[in-house]
Amino acid sequence: MKLNLKIWRQKGPNDSGKLVDYPVDDVSPDMSFLEMLDILNLKLVHDGVEAIEFDHDCREGICGSCSLNINGNPHGPDTGTATCQLHMRRFKDGDTIVVEPWRAKAFPIIKDLTTDRKAFDRIIAAGGFVSVNTGNAVEANAILIPKHNSEKAMDAAACIGCGACVASCKNSSAMLFVSAKVAHLAYLPQGNPERKMRVRNMVAQMDEEGFGSCSNTGACEAACPKEIKLENIAMLNREMLKALCD
Amino acid sequence: MYLKNFLASSVGQKFLVALTGLGLSGFVLMHMSGNMLLLVGAEAYNKYAHAMITNPLIIPAEIGLVVMFLLHMSVALKINWDNRAARGTGPGRRPSNSDKDARFASRYMVLTGVLTFVFLVLHLISFKYGTYYETELHGEKVRDLYRLVAEEFHKPLFVAWYVFAMLILFAHLAHGFSAVFQTLGLASVRNCTVKKLGWTFAAVVAGGFISQPLYFFFFN
Ligand code: SF4
Ligand code: FES
Repeated sequence: MKLNLKIWRQKGPNDSGKLVDYPVDDVSPDMSFLEMLDILNLKLVHDGVEAIEFDHDCREGICGSCSLNINGNPHGPDTGTATCQLHMRRFKDGDTIVVEPWRAKAFPIIKDLTTDRKAFDRIIAAGGFVSVNTGNAVEANAILIPKHNSEKAMDAAACIGCGACVASCKNSSAMLFVSAKVAHLAYLPQGNPERKMRVRNMVAQMDEEGFGSCSNTGACEAACPKEIKLENIAMLNREMLKALCD
Repeated sequence: MYLKNFLASSVGQKFLVALTGLGLSGFVLMHMSGNMLLLVGAEAYNKYAHAMITNPLIIPAEIGLVVMFLLHMSVALKINWDNRAARGTGPGRRPSNSDKDARFASRYMVLTGVLTFVFLVLHLISFKYGTYYETELHGEKVRDLYRLVAEEFHKPLFVAWYVFAMLILFAHLAHGFSAVFQTLGLASVRNCTVKKLGWTFAAVVAGGFISQPLYFFFFN
């Protein structure tokens, strides 16, 4: 396959950056999108050009490192797929593909396609955990959890913290991410003791990081590689209301 | 203390917009139903209008409405301002022209809201503060609002603008009414019933309002 890539190059956080054309041929439809970038990078390095930086780690859709806005779509054109799971057979010979980093104030660009997503870590540190005194592992069936709740908790726990929800949102809102983390623990008895404190602190941190707020457009849900549902945001709002009285 | 923090938070501000939006939805529904008397006849409508104008509760109700409008608009505009500031910059492709994009109604709430506000101001000027005709109703001198409405609803440009404004209101309500459920944490906007409720509510209100000028223009 022959492709015309337009890739965002930015030397550092303060550089203004621009889209640069990279025509490539010999792309196999069996390559993954990231492999295609690897091969382009090999060629660039061989030609003495600086390699394009992009985030990745597991390359199997579980770590949340990969990002990329591909033709305006966070994680590419498919639903429920992370960029690392996208394959070149999804594109046609001769296609032009625009590749950009996540765009949000709270995710400043570090270089080229890499962004600083530490804001998410700080939100988690504000309350996305359960405090336990470590010791022997508790017997697995000591705490009974209704099937329905464990399913909902698992669905919410699928969030990999990639930030596509923020990148897709016209408000750069992080509410899908925060709601997934809040809902995940709110469905479980283990999350109950710190429930109110958690939602208050996480929302406060989210606001402080400069994310926008949800206007219920649902763009996040469409972009999320883990198909986290909008109903989690309803749950987040409900949890905030419940945390009003203490 | 929690209340103060709540109202300062992004979730709390959305909550305010949702609550006031719900109140305003109730108002437009009532306003539309009352105006349906236009289709019944001059006497019925003027009687209803007179009862509304002379009702002692009308002043507190109007104050309440104005407060709701101001809150709804100012908080929504403030959120929108913050949201714009949260966006990233960059000249390239935006999610806003991608395949996974959100629907029109949800993306343009501020635009449809502002247009509705412009309509509201003009609407008040042309009716509430419009020409004062008088008529007699059971021996009492009352305002002949029916005559004014009938006159306005026979002007083609006025009717066209009116219908256009109601389509804008439809878009605003179709998203807004269902989004209220999500924001108040009652149910998800993805919930089928909630979605249908939003569309139905918007269709009933906008459809009702549109039927009135069209009736005068074509059949009366
Ligand atoms: S909610 Fe989805 S899109 Fe957002 S961070 Fe989690 S996995 Fe990524
Ligand atoms: S690289 Fe780990 S999710 Fe894509």
